[in-house]
Amino acid sequence: MNIQEYFELVWTDYTLRTITLGTAVLGAICGMLGSFAVLRKESLLGDAISHAALPGIAIAFLITGAKDSGTLLLGALVSGLIGTFWIRGITSKTHLKSDTALGIILSVFFGFGMLLLTFIQKQPNANQAGLDKYLFGQAATLVESDVNLMIIVTGISLFVMLLFWKEFKILLFDADYTKTLGFNTKFIDVLITFLIVLAIVLGLQTVGVVLMSAILLAPAAAARQWTNSLGTMVVLAGIIGAFSGVFGTAISASQNNLSTGPVIVLVAGAFVLFSFIFSPKRGILFREIRFRKNRTDLKLMKTLQFMYGVVQDHENISHPHAIRILNNFQGYTRGSLKKLENEGWIAVEGQQWAMTPKGYKRAQEMYNKKAENE
Amino acid sequence: MSNPQIEIQLIAAVVAMACAIPGVFLVLRKMALISDAISHSILPGIVIGFFITQDLNSPLLILLAALFGVITVVMVEAIQKTGLVKEDTAIGLVFPVLFSVGVILIAKNASDVHLDIDAVLLGELAFAPFDRLIVTGADWGPKSLWIMGSILLLTLSLLVLFFKELKVSTFDAGLSSALGISPVIMHYGLMSVSSITVVGAFDAVGAILVVALMIAPAATAYLLTEDLKKMIGLSLLFGVVSAISGYWAANFLDASISGSIATTLGVIFLMIYLFAPKRGLISVLYRQKQQRIEVSLITFLLHLNRHEEESERHINHLQEHINWRAVRARTVLNLAEKNNLVQITNNVVSLTEKGLAFTEKSLAYIINNRDEKIEPMKEDFFLFRG
Repeated sequence: MNIQEYFELVWTDYTLRTITLGTAVLGAICGMLGSFAVLRKESLLGDAISHAALPGIAIAFLITGAKDSGTLLLGALVSGLIGTFWIRGITSKTHLKSDTALGIILSVFFGFGMLLLTFIQKQPNANQAGLDKYLFGQAATLVESDVNLMIIVTGISLFVMLLFWKEFKILLFDADYTKTLGFNTKFIDVLITFLIVLAIVLGLQTVGVVLMSAILLAPAAAARQWTNSLGTMVVLAGIIGAFSGVFGTAISASQNNLSTGPVIVLVAGAFVLFSFIFSPKRGILFREIRFRKNRTDLKLMKTLQFMYGVVQDHENISHPHAIRILNNFQGYTRGSLKKLENEGWIAVEGQQWAMTPKGYKRAQEMYNKKAENE
Repeated sequence: MSNPQIEIQLIAAVVAMACAIPGVFLVLRKMALISDAISHSILPGIVIGFFITQDLNSPLLILLAALFGVITVVMVEAIQKTGLVKEDTAIGLVFPVLFSVGVILIAKNASDVHLDIDAVLLGELAFAPFDRLIVTGADWGPKSLWIMGSILLLTLSLLVLFFKELKVSTFDAGLSSALGISPVIMHYGLMSVSSITVVGAFDAVGAILVVALMIAPAATAYLLTEDLKKMIGLSLLFGVVSAISGYWAANFLDASISGSIATTLGVIFLMIYLFAPKRGLISVLYRQKQQRIEVSLITFLLHLNRHEEESERHINHLQEHINWRAVRARTVLNLAEKNNLVQITNNVVSLTEKGLAFTEKSLAYIINNRDEKIEPMKEDFFLFRG
C-alpha cells in the first residue's frame, strides 16, 4: 500500500480510520497540553509520568484481572499522579534538583512496574498477554471504544482549558501576581498538571512509555517558534500534533514492519527541525540572514561616517573626492559604494565620489543620535 | 547458593558500583536526566554496529553505542545553544528521535535477527551468567562480569586520578577554568565515561535500571551528606546493598531482577527521603513548623517591647491585635513563658529582663538586615524550641 492508497482507504477501512482518528486526536490534545508543559519548563515531566504510569497499569490489572483499557488507564492515571506529586515533594522539600527527582521517579517506578509485569506473567492467568503493549505502544490495537474514550477525554480537557484559560495563562507567566490577585494557585496548578498527566496516560497505549514525551513536547516546541502568543501556540501545537499523528500513521501503514509510534515521533521531529530553521522570527536561517544584514548595514554606516569626516573639512559638502582615499578604510568595498549611491547618499562619477546633502544629513543625524544616547 | 546465583549477584554489584560513581557527578551537576537520554539514544549505535559486524557481542557495538551517547550530549547542547528551547526540552526532543531511528532501523532491516527492543530496554540479569568468556578453551566466567569489571576499574582509576579536577569543575566551573582545568574537557570526559558505563551496563541490566542505578544511590546519598567523598562512598554502598537484596527479592517473587533492584533502590530512597536526619521530609516539615512558631514568638515579643501601656499588653487584647487564632496565641504565649521571656501578672503580659535583652538584640539585627544572626541567638536564649 502506498500513501495515496492509504488516503483513499482511510475513509472506508475501519481499522485505518480508527487508528488515524486516534493518533490525530492524541496528537492534537498532547500538542495543546504539551504547550503548557514546555512553557512551564516541565518538558521532561512527560517522560517521567509516562514511565511512572506503568506500575499503575500492572496494579489495576492485578486488582481487577481485566484488560479493559479504561480500568488500566485509570490505574495509570493514579500512579502517574502519585509520581508527579512525589517529584514536586522532592524538589520543594529537599535540596535535590528537578532533574534528579524526575530521574529517580522515572526509573524506580518503571522498575517497579517491570517487577509487577514479570510477576503477572508468571501467574497462572491466561488473560495477561498484551500488557506490554503499553511499553512500546501499538497503535494497531486501538479499537473504536479506545478512540471514543480519547475523544471524550479530549473534549473534557478542552472544555476545562477554555473555562480556566485566563487562570492557566496568568499562572503560567506570573505565578506570584496570580497569588496576589487572590486566585487559588494551588488548585489551578493541580488542575493543569492533572490534564497533562491525563493526556500522557491516554497516549501510552498508542505510542508507549518511551516515546510519549516526544509526542507531548515536539508539537509544542515547533509551535513555539512561530508565535509569541499563548493562544496561537496552543492551537498551532494542536494542529501540528494532529498532522504528525495522521502523517505518521499514513507512513507506517504504507510500509511493512513499521510501528506507528516511532514514525509519529520522527514526523513530529521533522516539524520541529523545520520550525527551528525556517521560522521567520526565531528560526536559525532568518536569524543568520538578519545577522549578516546588520553587519553589512553597520559597515555601510562606518563608510558613511568616514566620508562625513572627510567632507566636514570642506566648505562645499558636495565637493568630489577620489575613491582612492577610501582604500585604507576597512568597511569600504565596491559593493558598499554602490549601495551608498543607491541610497542617494553619495554620487559617484568616474573615480570620484561626492556626498549629497541627503547623505550629509544622514551622517549628521547619526552623530546627533549618538549624542542623544549619551 | 549455586554458582550462577553468586555470579548474578557479583555482576549486579559490579554494575551498581560502576554506575554509582558517574551518577554522583551527574546528580551534582544537575544532569541526571542525561543518563536517561543516553540510555535510550544508544540504540541506533547498537543497531548500526550490528549491521556492520553481524555480531551482537562485538566490541564495535559498545564503541558505536558510546559514540551515540556522546552525540546525544552534543546534539542537546547544540539545540540548547540556539536558544530556541530550554535544555530539558532539548533533551526530551533528542532522545526519542534517536530511539525512534533505532526502532525503525531494527524493524526495517533486522526483524529476523535476535535484536529485541525489549531486551535492550529491560535487560535480563538472569541470563547474564550464560554468556561466558571463553579464551583458549578455558571458561573465564561470565562475559558481562569482565566487561563491567573493566569499566568499573577504568571509572575508579579515572576518579582517583582526576578527583581534584572533577571536584573543582563540578562545584565551581569559573574557578576551575581560572586554575587551568578545562571544565569542557571534564564535562565531555564525564559524558564519555557515563556513555560507556550505560552501554556496558544496559546489556546486562537494561536501559532503565542503568538510570535507576546511576541516579537513585547518588540522590539518596546526597540527602545524607554534603561531603563528596562520603557521598561517593554512600552511593557505592546503597548501590551494592540494593543490587544484592534486590536479587533476593526477585528470587523470592520469581520476577524480573532488574525491576526488583530498581524497586529496592526506590524503597531505600523513600526511607531516606522521609527519615533523613537533616534533609528528610519529616525533619524538614518539623523544622518549618518550629520556625513558624518562633517567628510568631519574635513578632509577639517585639510587639510587647513596643507597647508600654497595659491595655495593649492584656492577654485578651493580644489575640485581636496580632490577629492570631486562640491555639496559636496560646502556643506562642506558653513558649514565651517557658523560656522565661515574659511574665504574666493579672493577665497583663510583660517582658522579663531576659526577654528585653532578647528583643533588643533581635531588633538590632532586623534593622541592620542581618536576620541570619537570629538563628544562633535563639540557641543562646531558648531553653525550649517551638
